[in-house]
Amino acid sequence: MVKYFDLFDMADVIRSKNAGPYEFTFDIIFKDADHFEEFAKADIMTPAVFAKLYNIPETDIISVIYFAPAKAVKITIIRPMASGDLGEKDIYGAQQHAPLLDFEYTL
Amino acid sequence: MKEFRILSPTAILGYGFPAASFEEGMRRKPHAIAVDAGSTDPGPYYLGSGKSFTDRGAVKRDLEFMLTAAVAEGIPLIIGSAGGAGANSHLDWNVDIIREIAAEKKLSFKAAVISSQLAHDVVLKSFNAGDVKELHPAPMPTAKHIEDSTNIVAQMSEKPFIDALDAGAQVIIAGRSYDPVVFAAPAIRAGFDAGLALHMGKILECAAIAAFPGSGSDCMLGILREDCFELNTLNPARKCTVTSVAAHTLYEKSDPTSLPGPGGALDLRQTTFEQAGDGVIVRGSKFVADEGLGFVKLEAARLVGRRTLSIAATIDPIMIAQLGKVISAVKERVNANFENLRDFYLDFKTYGAGNGASFYDGDTCCPPSEIAIIIEAVADTRELADTICSFARSTLLHYGYEDRKSTAGNLAFPFSPSDFAGGDVYEFSLYCLMKAEADMFPIKYVDCKEGVWNG
Repeated sequence: MVKYFDLFDMADVIRSKNAGPYEFTFDIIFKDADHFEEFAKADIMTPAVFAKLYNIPETDIISVIYFAPAKAVKITIIRPMASGDLGEKDIYGAQQHAPLLDFEYTL
Repeated sequence: MKEFRILSPTAILGYGFPAASFEEGMRRKPHAIAVDAGSTDPGPYYLGSGKSFTDRGAVKRDLEFMLTAAVAEGIPLIIGSAGGAGANSHLDWNVDIIREIAAEKKLSFKAAVISSQLAHDVVLKSFNAGDVKELHPAPMPTAKHIEDSTNIVAQMSEKPFIDALDAGAQVIIAGRSYDPVVFAAPAIRAGFDAGLALHMGKILECAAIAAFPGSGSDCMLGILREDCFELNTLNPARKCTVTSVAAHTLYEKSDPTSLPGPGGALDLRQTTFEQAGDGVIVRGSKFVADEGLGFVKLEAARLVGRRTLSIAATIDPIMIAQLGKVISAVKERVNANFENLRDFYLDFKTYGAGNGASFYDGDTCCPPSEIAIIIEAVADTRELADTICSFARSTLLHYGYEDRKSTAGNLAFPFSPSDFAGGDVYEFSLYCLMKAEADMFPIKYVDCKEGVWNG
């Protein structure tokens, strides 16, 4: 039987932040360790999935890492521009998490 | 059991902390007080201009507690990335605050001031020798990037701090420092494991942000032992949980399992987190040292121009429906009017339609009822930026878009004057690695006797 999930409901933390001035890094911290294990085992958050969700080329994705001690998935991408360049919208990168709030998946 | 306790009063010097938390921290008899004062997070302006991003009054308030307590207990007070970005002007700014407090309270101590600013010719020489390396995804710099940079800083490891402590310094004010080292240095010097000390420093550098509920303005205590470290909050309203501490290991880093820094990398693949009452015990973090002197990270910024802003809003549904088209037309009009002065940047930031803050979330479910518009002009001179901003503002105010009914004006301005100087605009110009050299971080020692600064 297929089960449908909203990331918004399953995660305690969904956040974005600069990792230095040239990267954005996204942390998803799950509420439940067993659910995290299932999510990780099914490899739901791949570079391709994130690239599609954010409408960016897969080559902009630096890494997707599952970190069991924190029940977390971490995605790091190339920033659209260096922090503070002309055209900047979010110097600290702390408000780039919106597409993740709408992410749905099946297990 | 052998222990080394470190008090981290606040996430960034100047962010504050409750006096009760600090006093509780001092009751636990820390071996050192340390604080990280900087970050690249506030953007390139602060490093480029040499100005602090924290407020002088707030920094002085925090330092009054820390300096008085450290001197009274005879323990080190260690400040890294002073003044926010760690250039020499930031260092001077922070030293001046320490001097002021010392004079007011007639304190006596030996201080060390460690510079992290590099001269342009030192970096150019290294660059020409092929000793500057790209730090992907930041671009590989050119010689021009180095020449154009205002302040160039290198991130120091724990070594200059250990040298200063060996020389008997009690108060250390350092330029740009790898965040964890202000906490790790006294512990490594006391013989504790570098991997555990640096991992503990990585968590302590943000103080109670790693607690639950998190706060950037509260104290944390780190207790380093031979085979583990423990993190404790000092405010009964918070506790450390495995999730809050493990999650903090992720914070602002690209990879939670390998954290590169000056002199080597922290390997967290074998790290475990265990709940112990209201604290958390961490084990298994390892430090893998680089061969030789390794590399240091360079940071620098350069001036781009001057900025002028105007803030306004529209509530008109007819205008909102065609806002993109209206803005393009206004831009064209500005460009045409100042055809001889094309060297400027003009942007309209619109908030309320779903793409003001986000780079990725461009769509919105329904037409917004109002939109805020920030007009931004950047040019070589303040005068030109003012001219472009002012002209763009008046053009947008009276632009006759299609089907317009509101013909008296298209914008609501909350302020008079409507336009504001945004100051100097900088961009990051160096973010790369450079082969470390001996004596990159010179230390100046000062004896402060009864508040009189000798040096």
